[in-house]
Amino acid sequence: MLTMIAKRMAMAIPSLIGVVVVTFFLTRALPGDPAAYFAGPAATPAAIEQVRVKLGLDRPLVEQFGRYVIDLAHGNLGDSLTTGQPVLTELRTRLPASAELTLLGLLVSILIAVPLGIVAATRPNSLIDHACRVVSTAGVSLPVFFTGLILVYVFYYLLGWAPAPLGRLDVFYDTPPQVTGFYLIDSLLARQPEVFVASLKQLILPALTLGIFSLAPIARMTRAAMLAVLSSDFVRAARASGLSPFTVIVSYAFRNAMLPVITTLGMVFSFLLGANVLVEKVFAWPGIGSYAVEALLASDFAPVQGFVLTMAVMYVALNLLIDVLYGLIDPRVRLEA
Amino acid sequence: MTDIAATPRPDGGLAALVRHARYVIGENPVTGFAFALFVLIVLAAVLGPHIVPYDPLASDTAQALKPPNAHHWFGTDQLGRDVFSRVIVATRLDFFIAVASVALVFVVGGFAGVAAGFFGDWTDRIVGRVADTIMAFPLFVLAMGIVAALGNTVQNIVLATAIVNFPLYARIARAEANIRREAGFVEAARLSGNSDWRILAFQILPNVFPILVVQMSLTMGYAILNAAGLSFIGLGVRPPTPEWGIMVAEGATFMVSGEWWNAFFPGMALMVAVFCFNLLGDGLRDMVDPRRRT
Repeated sequence: MLTMIAKRMAMAIPSLIGVVVVTFFLTRALPGDPAAYFAGPAATPAAIEQVRVKLGLDRPLVEQFGRYVIDLAHGNLGDSLTTGQPVLTELRTRLPASAELTLLGLLVSILIAVPLGIVAATRPNSLIDHACRVVSTAGVSLPVFFTGLILVYVFYYLLGWAPAPLGRLDVFYDTPPQVTGFYLIDSLLARQPEVFVASLKQLILPALTLGIFSLAPIARMTRAAMLAVLSSDFVRAARASGLSPFTVIVSYAFRNAMLPVITTLGMVFSFLLGANVLVEKVFAWPGIGSYAVEALLASDFAPVQGFVLTMAVMYVALNLLIDVLYGLIDPRVRLEA
Repeated sequence: MTDIAATPRPDGGLAALVRHARYVIGENPVTGFAFALFVLIVLAAVLGPHIVPYDPLASDTAQALKPPNAHHWFGTDQLGRDVFSRVIVATRLDFFIAVASVALVFVVGGFAGVAAGFFGDWTDRIVGRVADTIMAFPLFVLAMGIVAALGNTVQNIVLATAIVNFPLYARIARAEANIRREAGFVEAARLSGNSDWRILAFQILPNVFPILVVQMSLTMGYAILNAAGLSFIGLGVRPPTPEWGIMVAEGATFMVSGEWWNAFFPGMALMVAVFCFNLLGDGLRDMVDPRRRT
């Protein structure tokens, strides 16, 4: 098992190198002269030259790349032009907000999609099977920011059930003392149930928006995998032995059908991390996505670069985690390694 | 008549294709519906600016933020512009972005993939490495980074959308070319003295073509969503240009105060367009490759 994890980690290294090279070239590709760009619009030629030397832009490309990698190794992602803060600090304080939202969105999506897929597969061509298909097709066709806005309109404006879509916590409450950075967990640790409820209320709509968006691939894959497993010999044998339908479906069929579903999670994360940016904008969520969007609009490039790099590294790490999880669930994968 | 890509067509290719298309549409009314919707979208894209009742840019502050009524079917926005006219006129730009980016990646990704699958060796390694690197990013995030770096223009949105779709096309084209590189008809062509490039152009490409066309219609929906998402966060298209993503962004502020029509109708237009392309893609796949029918 350990050798498998080590091998898989070695496979992630070329991806990480690729990510670093691409983000480096994205800074090189800035429209016009990067030095003039970083010096600001009012800079004199002398000031631009100064910035050029300061940023090392007068050196050969290979040396610049070396410096960039050394900076990265020291956790230096540059400073934001608008706030003057180091990008890494801001990303670190904002990351828990994004992570809490994304993970809850994924949880919502799994909780709806997996049972839906199982039921659809056990009753093919039934009403619920068709419902599953319609829901998942509609889910991929809906722009995620549009779903969010519709939910806000219905649950905030019309029904008044949800709080205003403005951030992680209502202004009446103090943020819980930081332990994990996840308000739901921190508030419980600090024994502040009212803060827990308040932050949950803020989370429900954005998490549901993300959940609806990522529902389709999970539901489709669960259905397809369950259909394949249910027609296999060992399920027939289990049924013939007189096991209850529930045992057959849950502990025989579903455990085997889980594997392809976990594989699709990689793709689902690619969608979720992208959709997160849009959902954060709709709900004024103070995460890294809205930080990047604000920086983009202010033509402040260092935060955007840091954001793209962080997201890509997280995505590579998540894919690694999924593969390891796969090995834990399926002993056959371990043997092959 | 199961696999039009491989079977010879004695009675003329086009007639057989039309007959087969009619059969598939008759078999699956959903595809027929999607095709009708597609024709409607193309008409709106081509004729849009000539058929709308109002100028999409003309503001009329006396009529600002009126709910849908007999004069303004989709209501008016904060500047009194007719939302219906703006939604229809926007079709052309959104459709153009999607078609242009998909066509670009179709040519570049398809060719790179076919070359990788046919030549193998270092061509394969380079194309594979490029595709893997792109896949290491969450796609929308990479598109954001590209547009931010290259500059905030519609051309760069097209380019970014094409780049993030590259791995998909390259991989499919590679796999399809790879299984055909040792096929009998390729061997025959080689023995009769054709060069590699000639075989690639006249034997391999025509066979991979239909599969990539299906992929095109399947990714059109994603391309529209990607472009609309980028303009929603303020990249690419700038106001007052009518475009669905930016219209939803502008209408978002009014959603919390109850003026839903500003964001609702452009959002619905987006959804209908994406839905149409997804259905059409499924239908086309059935037509080209009946084995993968779900």
